[in-house]
Amino acid sequence: MHTRWLMPGILLCVFVLSLIIHRFELLDSYLQLIVMYIGINIILTLSLNLINGYMGEFSVGHAGFMAVGAYIASFLTVKVIPAHLAAWLFPVAVIAGGMGAALVGLVVALPSFKTRGDYLAIVTLAFVMIVKSVIENIDALGGPRGFLGMEKLATLPWVFFWVILSLWIIRNLVYSNFGRGVLSIREDEVAGDLMSVNTRQVKVLAFTVSSFFAGIAGALFAHLLQFINPRSFDIIKSTDILIMVYLGGIGSIAGSILGATVYTVLLEILRPLGIWRMVLIPLILVLLMLFRPKGIMGLREFPWFVPLRDRLAGRLPRNKRGSS
Amino acid sequence: MPVLETHHLTHHFGGLAAVSDFNLAIEPHELVGVIGPNGAGKTTVFNLITGVYRATDGSISFADTEIVGKTPSEITSLGIARTFQNIRLFRELTVLDNVRVAHYAQVRYNAIEALLHLGRFQTEEKSILEHSLDLLASLKLESYTDELSKNLPYGLQRRLEIARALATRPQLLLLDEPAAGMNPQEVGQLMEFIQWIRQEFKLTILLIEHQMHLVMGICERLLVLDFGETIAEGKPREIQNNPRVLEVYLGETQ
Repeated sequence: MHTRWLMPGILLCVFVLSLIIHRFELLDSYLQLIVMYIGINIILTLSLNLINGYMGEFSVGHAGFMAVGAYIASFLTVKVIPAHLAAWLFPVAVIAGGMGAALVGLVVALPSFKTRGDYLAIVTLAFVMIVKSVIENIDALGGPRGFLGMEKLATLPWVFFWVILSLWIIRNLVYSNFGRGVLSIREDEVAGDLMSVNTRQVKVLAFTVSSFFAGIAGALFAHLLQFINPRSFDIIKSTDILIMVYLGGIGSIAGSILGATVYTVLLEILRPLGIWRMVLIPLILVLLMLFRPKGIMGLREFPWFVPLRDRLAGRLPRNKRGSS
Repeated sequence: MPVLETHHLTHHFGGLAAVSDFNLAIEPHELVGVIGPNGAGKTTVFNLITGVYRATDGSISFADTEIVGKTPSEITSLGIARTFQNIRLFRELTVLDNVRVAHYAQVRYNAIEALLHLGRFQTEEKSILEHSLDLLASLKLESYTDELSKNLPYGLQRRLEIARALATRPQLLLLDEPAAGMNPQEVGQLMEFIQWIRQEFKLTILLIEHQMHLVMGICERLLVLDFGETIAEGKPREIQNNPRVLEVYLGETQ
């Protein structure tokens, strides 16, 4: 029984620690920033992994969902919510950003009914461009100049909270009936359909959840950087997230965490190399794809992320199963 | 009253009539075979019944419901399950998950309960797991539960495909060349196995097969297709002596 409370216990301790660090500024602010970037990248990587890794589709639309979340949340905290309430209502703004992105995600789910693979990649690429030019043409959002005035509301405890929430929700989805439907689409969509999986329902759910968390990450990103412009959410941003997914490993929660962490830290460590950084990192990727094409953790999972029932499923002796 | 009934079922690929005027009525618990040379339209009939293709013309009724125009997952939920000519397992999933996937339509929890692992989720998942393990045990696959399905030997992959189809709790099972690639001894075992699942799971079975030994041995009735047309129908003994069937299989006699 005690193992059941081990994980929540550890998480609670870390959360309290993050509160203390934030309150008393125990960590160098640069390091804090890096840790928060890692957190935001974990959310982005995991949510894209749901589509590209678990479902086996190829979406490059995550920068677009991120933009929607970032702009909605920023507009709310700067223009709608009174300044003295901004800190209190920040979660509401973040959730609104996520909801907005999820709604847009629903729209992107529709072409995925008809097309997949390279074709879906082109559809989502177009989507990123549309979001960018729509924002560039809305004056209330600052147009191409960008949008600023956000307070630094994304703090260590908040980022930690959202990382844990997204990990938990996406893990729950993966280890459910709908999650098995997601996997069946990756393995053989027609066979999945013929085994009673409602593939449309599964796609809508996966895209909605995935874009919701991309929107959350966008909202946090905006309130960490305190400045956003349409160029922050172009195809390069999507590519970054793709790299983290394929570096860490497709179809793996542990891989998403690893990919986001390694990539973010690597970018920072190699900063002194200047322009050579952008030579070295692609080189690392090429080598990775040659020797481990599914990523570091590809299709494997760290046992802690697997619910107990699924972990033990086949290992219980036949006669003990009835009593469990 | 027939479980499955097709009327004037017709399907064209461009100008080619893959199936034309196909009429079939299967009574409950019957075991019917469809034979015919390669390209005769047998698998197309399966694809029409299961909704992979939408029939150009004609109707298919299953348990008094018209199913032309329904999606494959809807048709499967009504009680028709199938296997594939070329094995189409979920290769990177475990044996257990292959079977659990097929419970999709039976689950009675919604997306919110799934995302939070709350409400009906725990009890439903427990019963899916138990049903899956029971099914694997009764098909003697229980020692492979955690194995990736791609790692199973060929014969067991075929059996797992049947297990997966049975997990959808079908009334009607469509088997597409279940004996493909098997030696005579394995075919003998398969014949017993098919008879056994028919009894055990109270199934009506429609199967496509090239191995005459199997077809003649277990089918109660046969349909012979050639170039999309039904050229003969009857008991195996009648079919064996039917001149048109002999012509199709052995070539024209002088």
